[in-house]
Amino acid sequence: MKSFTQHKGIVAPMDRANVDTDMIIPKNFLKSIKRTGFGKNLFDELRYLDEGQPDQDCSQRPLNMDFPLNFPRYSGASVLLARENFGCGSSREHAPWALDDYGFRAIIAPSYADIFFNNSFKNGLLPIILSAEIVDQLFSEMYASEGYELTIDLAAQVVTTPAGESFSFEVDEFRKHCLLNGLDDIGLTLQEADSIREYEERRKQQAPWLFGAIVAG
Amino acid sequence: MAGKTLYDKLWEAHLVKERDDGSALIYIDRHIIHEVTTPQAFEGLRMAGRKPWRVDSILATPDHNVPTTQKERASGVDGIEDSVSRIQVKTLDDNCDEFGIVEYKINDQRQGIVHVIGPESGACLPGMTIVCGDSHTATDGALGALAHGIGTSEVEHVMATQCLVAKKMKNMLIRVDGELGAGVTPKDVVLAIIGKIGTAGGTGYAVEFGGQVFLDMSMEGRMTVCNMAIEAGARAGMVAVDQTTIDYVKGRTYAPKGEQWEMAVAEWRELVSDADAQFDKVVEIDGASIKPQVSWGTSPEMVLPVDAAVPDPAAENDPVKKAGIERALQYMGLAAGQKITDIHVDKVFIGSCTNSRIEDIRAAAEVAKGRKVAANVKEAMVVPGSGLVKAQAEAEGLDKILLEAGFQWREPGCSMCLAMNADKLGNGEHCASTSNRNFEGRQGYGGRTHLVSPAMAAAAAIAGHFVDVRDL
Repeated sequence: MKSFTQHKGIVAPMDRANVDTDMIIPKNFLKSIKRTGFGKNLFDELRYLDEGQPDQDCSQRPLNMDFPLNFPRYSGASVLLARENFGCGSSREHAPWALDDYGFRAIIAPSYADIFFNNSFKNGLLPIILSAEIVDQLFSEMYASEGYELTIDLAAQVVTTPAGESFSFEVDEFRKHCLLNGLDDIGLTLQEADSIREYEERRKQQAPWLFGAIVAG
Repeated sequence: MAGKTLYDKLWEAHLVKERDDGSALIYIDRHIIHEVTTPQAFEGLRMAGRKPWRVDSILATPDHNVPTTQKERASGVDGIEDSVSRIQVKTLDDNCDEFGIVEYKINDQRQGIVHVIGPESGACLPGMTIVCGDSHTATDGALGALAHGIGTSEVEHVMATQCLVAKKMKNMLIRVDGELGAGVTPKDVVLAIIGKIGTAGGTGYAVEFGGQVFLDMSMEGRMTVCNMAIEAGARAGMVAVDQTTIDYVKGRTYAPKGEQWEMAVAEWRELVSDADAQFDKVVEIDGASIKPQVSWGTSPEMVLPVDAAVPDPAAENDPVKKAGIERALQYMGLAAGQKITDIHVDKVFIGSCTNSRIEDIRAAAEVAKGRKVAANVKEAMVVPGSGLVKAQAEAEGLDKILLEAGFQWREPGCSMCLAMNADKLGNGEHCASTSNRNFEGRQGYGGRTHLVSPAMAAAAAIAGHFVDVRDL
């Protein structure tokens, strides 16, 4: 996994509550067996005026010029500013894959759906929680100032505005450690293999039916 | 010391290790996989040279992409016309063969929607931790299990380590007491709950559904309710074990037998929240007040009783919510104040992991019997949740009743719930759907989904618009 330490980037808006994972990456693009290439279909049904197809060349498709990500001023954005309950709906990791592939490194919102929140950390994408009031303020500042950038420092857990105002955010210690160092948590868990085996031995005595094998037949 | 909740008990029984940083390693008993969220996980295992920790804890089946017409199903995987879907299903087959994972393949009678076949086969049991790369895994919590959806990175993690890195959730009790009225089903109960607490109401919580309504409910009804816990924001929903649970599990393929069955039942009976257990949040709803529900908007919380009218954004003060209502009305092609019963339906879908079990099909057939699908309804399809549900329905003659009334009788799969196969809505079409999500584009580009119970979907098919099933 790629690490996340500090990041400064242009902020783009997704100014609505309850943005669901079907909106982030519609199901017709989930048929891919790869992890990459989803960026061109991020927010597909909002971004383009036609219906998208998998493996299509999107450069020729008609753009919805009312959708902020298509505004020139948000070109190259890498921080997404959003509202409550971002990422609700399905468990598809294709949602953070698509945001990452598009170029986003961080999201700022008052709240997230649990599974999306979790999936983001596994992909070097930092979902930051700030209060609804602060998010409101950031939306106002961003709309008022073209090229608006935010600086994010994960180690210090701080978001800083162009005017130098800072907002601190909470982040789980384990997730922070993995993200700062770009650690793959499978490797970390396998360091605990002995504990897992001990647990299995104990449980097999107590509840052998839990180890019933799924068998062909 | 306060007593423990069902969730506390399940968590503690699966705790491998608590780390100093507050995270924990949780042991996973059962892992169900399907074709959409696993290819990248298998690729990750291969690249790292890893093998599944306990290969016999995994059960696989293709469901999201599979076609549901007999014609397209006839020649198995090779017959899938959409080449991208075909590759994905084929990839699951190849990965299961390579790693030695048992898979109920496309035309195996035991194939079906992951959340239908898990309990049906007995692969999912009370007291287990169960995961699947699919948010509706909460369904299995109906068994008194800790079941939730995970992302693809976690699918790989569970395959490689048999564990998840997790943090304990908070406890919520949703208590629905009283007795449900005639024509009010588990689907109406869960839609009413979501309408009350909202799609983020359960975020961060494991939800236990308690109260007389759930004690009286069948296992399949409890599955419908737990299935949609995620639509209330909760990763996991669950119902305590009782005699209904034990009777349901007994005799299933992977259920324990003989002496182990007796041991298991003794332990399962402990899978209830203690009388003095502390919940972080309690929500109470009067069961008798719940009416048949219909969603009108583009989020499951945008739901109302069938006798209500679509809301007017002018009455909403919160600007974000107001904009949400306006956008939803525009997308859905509805007018503020329009009566729900004045909404016409173009298509009807009875199926999905929420409502495709035998009781759901019986409920639809009961309404359809002796009636005809209305002329304005272009397509009304019934898609059983598994090959075994299909066979059972056919043994009961339900397929004939439905076909006679003008419904289509399909092969099992996720189908039009998310329209990854050929079953989808056209742009602007309204659908009475027994599925779980009414998001924009969910059932097809520009499609307009209304979430309802199987009986309400069948009634809408007959009337051509939404009607109160209690008036039929």
